[in-house]
Amino acid sequence: MIHDLAVIGGGVHGSTVALFAARGGMKVTLIERGPLCREASGVNAGTLTLQMTRVALIPYALRAHAMWASAREWLGHDVGVVVCDGLSLAFTEQEEELLSFRAGKRREAGAPISLVSGAEARRIEPGVSDTVRLAGYCKVDGFANAYLTGLAFRRALIDAGVALQENTPASGIVREDGGFAVQTSNGVVRARRIVLAGGVWIEPMLAWLGIALPIKTLINQLVVTERVRPVMRTVVGIANGLLSLKQYPHGTVVIGGGWQGIGDRERGGVELLPDRVIGNVRLACHAIPDLKAARVARAWAGLEAETADALPAAGPIPGIPDAYVCGSVHSGYTSGPYIARLLAERILGHETDLPLFPIDRLLGTATPSEARHD
Amino acid sequence: MTHDVIVLGAGPAGANAALAAAEAGLKVVLFEQQPAAGGQVWRAPLPGLRMPSSPEKDSGDALRARLAASAVEIRFGRTVWSVGQHFRVDAVGPGGNEHAEAPRLIAATGAHERVVPFPGWTLPGVIGLAAATVLLKSHGALPGTRVVVAGCGPLLAVVAAGILKAGGTVAAIADLAGPGDWLKALPALASQPRLLMRGAAWALKIGGARIPVHFRHGVRAADGGEAIEQVRLAPVDAAGGFSAGPEITLAADALCVGHGLVPGAEIPRLFRTAQTFDRRRGGFIPRLDACGRTSLNGLYACGDGVGIRGALVAEAAGRLAGLASAHDAGALSADAFAAAAGQARARIAQARAFSDAMAEMMALRPAQVAAIPPETVVCRCEDVTRADIEAAHADGARDLNQLKQFTRCGMGPCQGRFCGDVAGELLAAKVGSREAVGAFTARPPLRPVPLADLMGAFDYADIPIPAPAPL
Repeated sequence: MIHDLAVIGGGVHGSTVALFAARGGMKVTLIERGPLCREASGVNAGTLTLQMTRVALIPYALRAHAMWASAREWLGHDVGVVVCDGLSLAFTEQEEELLSFRAGKRREAGAPISLVSGAEARRIEPGVSDTVRLAGYCKVDGFANAYLTGLAFRRALIDAGVALQENTPASGIVREDGGFAVQTSNGVVRARRIVLAGGVWIEPMLAWLGIALPIKTLINQLVVTERVRPVMRTVVGIANGLLSLKQYPHGTVVIGGGWQGIGDRERGGVELLPDRVIGNVRLACHAIPDLKAARVARAWAGLEAETADALPAAGPIPGIPDAYVCGSVHSGYTSGPYIARLLAERILGHETDLPLFPIDRLLGTATPSEARHD
Repeated sequence: MTHDVIVLGAGPAGANAALAAAEAGLKVVLFEQQPAAGGQVWRAPLPGLRMPSSPEKDSGDALRARLAASAVEIRFGRTVWSVGQHFRVDAVGPGGNEHAEAPRLIAATGAHERVVPFPGWTLPGVIGLAAATVLLKSHGALPGTRVVVAGCGPLLAVVAAGILKAGGTVAAIADLAGPGDWLKALPALASQPRLLMRGAAWALKIGGARIPVHFRHGVRAADGGEAIEQVRLAPVDAAGGFSAGPEITLAADALCVGHGLVPGAEIPRLFRTAQTFDRRRGGFIPRLDACGRTSLNGLYACGDGVGIRGALVAEAAGRLAGLASAHDAGALSADAFAAAAGQARARIAQARAFSDAMAEMMALRPAQVAAIPPETVVCRCEDVTRADIEAAHADGARDLNQLKQFTRCGMGPCQGRFCGDVAGELLAAKVGSREAVGAFTARPPLRPVPLADLMGAFDYADIPIPAPAPL
């Protein structure tokens, strides 16, 4: 049989494209080398914030935030989304400047961020340190339980009639008359159209088609505490974006912010650097002092894909009709569902409300941007 | 590099590994969470507490004296939370966070207790058999005033006799094994006369006190409101499942129950070394060569953390790993290594029959897991029941880590150390094999560590905050 669409990669991008394409009437298969949403989409910090989103993505993130907030309606299943206030903190004069500048740029792009005094920040978030001088305050913030993403999408995709092929690594694509033949561990899968949605693995996937698109792999360290009494009620970050902090309804606190560990595309997140775990934790406790009493239950590293200009790779693949790519969205968990839905609409032949991010701009670039956190 | 070799765990395996490496001239550092060496089997009384002599305490005292007289740098009271490549170990202790670096690492982190859940197992007053030995050996405290001792393996006798010796009351012992099982093991036990005598002494103590022993009985339920009030026992078959027959109800304010041990192989797993599932050895164990080398260069493992074999084997295997690290470091010639390793291997061979028989008694009985009622909690940190686990399977969960994401099973403070084996067995019953279901991925910290201890005192200005993310 031949599918209308084969999506390779079952993270939040691939799953969303597959879901909306199937709901749009296409016969869709989704091919994933492991279980759904077990890489970046299942192990990220779950933050749904505009205060860490790239300015160019703010219009997308706003719409994606609304999607997450209404996940029960369109996805049909719970991802534990909590919508709450968000604060981005400045503790020094320098950080005040950085915050004012960054919040201003994001506000121009449509994010409803206002600047509030330290006293006002403490009124909004009583858990926050009294050393805060200034804060970016945004009512459009919140978080999801990232580890529930796979379960929710799995149910939704099955309901929508998508032929799920989990634990089925793909190893190559051959163009043939009327479409594509995807080689998988389970045999050849044929489809008229393909979407490559492999996160950091988009680079080797595109190479199957002779396209060289360098994708940098970020190794984001994360820490989660045991369940503790309520110590905070908002999503808290800092001016330069190197902290994300929130407490889940069941009491655990997730500490993130993109401090880099050791790993790569081949081996995944291999190891955390203890000094950076300590740095990240110090920053978290400096922001929310009551957090000190908690114990660390677990720390891990998740991958994030980044193109040379740190903007998404989402659109048609140049020179190959009916082939598309979707991924490398900065803070991709936040904005991913909306951008992936745009791509599904494009594939279904509809006009899209906002433009996609075609990769033509990136082809021919020599190397991905240098490590930015190191 | 601060040292030639780092050893984690100061039980019979780790202490002997450290001693062997230090005797060969290596600069050795030994990390231990407890305030003294000895592990669980030769656990020391808490500082300042005087305990009567026993063969276990004497063995522990001898080991502690050897360590104290050695060149090994010992760091007690340290919680190791990070173990990194090329071997950097971070631990929190009395002085905050500290670390050591060495080209070789010996993991001797022991085993976890296994309790196969039954209704009421999370009630206050229900504790593990191994936990009971901690109370008795370290704290000189009794688990309750009227105690039922249940489960399987040699710890039953250790705990029951220990309670009697400390002046407590044992209401009954319930052993999943039958007299025939023990009889079958007798020739193997007789290969270690000293330990057989020790067992006989426990048996005499128990018999002399006229404690009822219910062979081939398991715990059907522990009942109570705020805490345990009674224990219901029921007959079981050879596979551990309940069989027809009358229940026995016993009033008790404590139940000490354990169903064997699970190797604490988190460190080899952290480094993704090759592993195999071995039911008799307690679960997933790292693949090792004859000297305790894992598949990762420089990483060695020994003791019950690499498969349940008991203290006799742990001592010799620890020594072997220590010798191997010294040989690999160039501190021990091939001849000297061969001679010393030969002796250690001979001791392991001598202990084999005994250790196999004991491990067999403690291995997980599949029918016992099959008998867990649906509403019974399996993951006690996160209140995940057997029914929740099976619902996750129906929802598509096919391995333990996926089960964890679907249900939070194994996400709590114990990080699956306690529930992982039973949850794996339940899922494997649906999926087909333990190998397919796998083990929970090991992650730091290896034990929960307070944020306050981790970060110590600091100035905000000194936090090395990386450069801003792109705008």
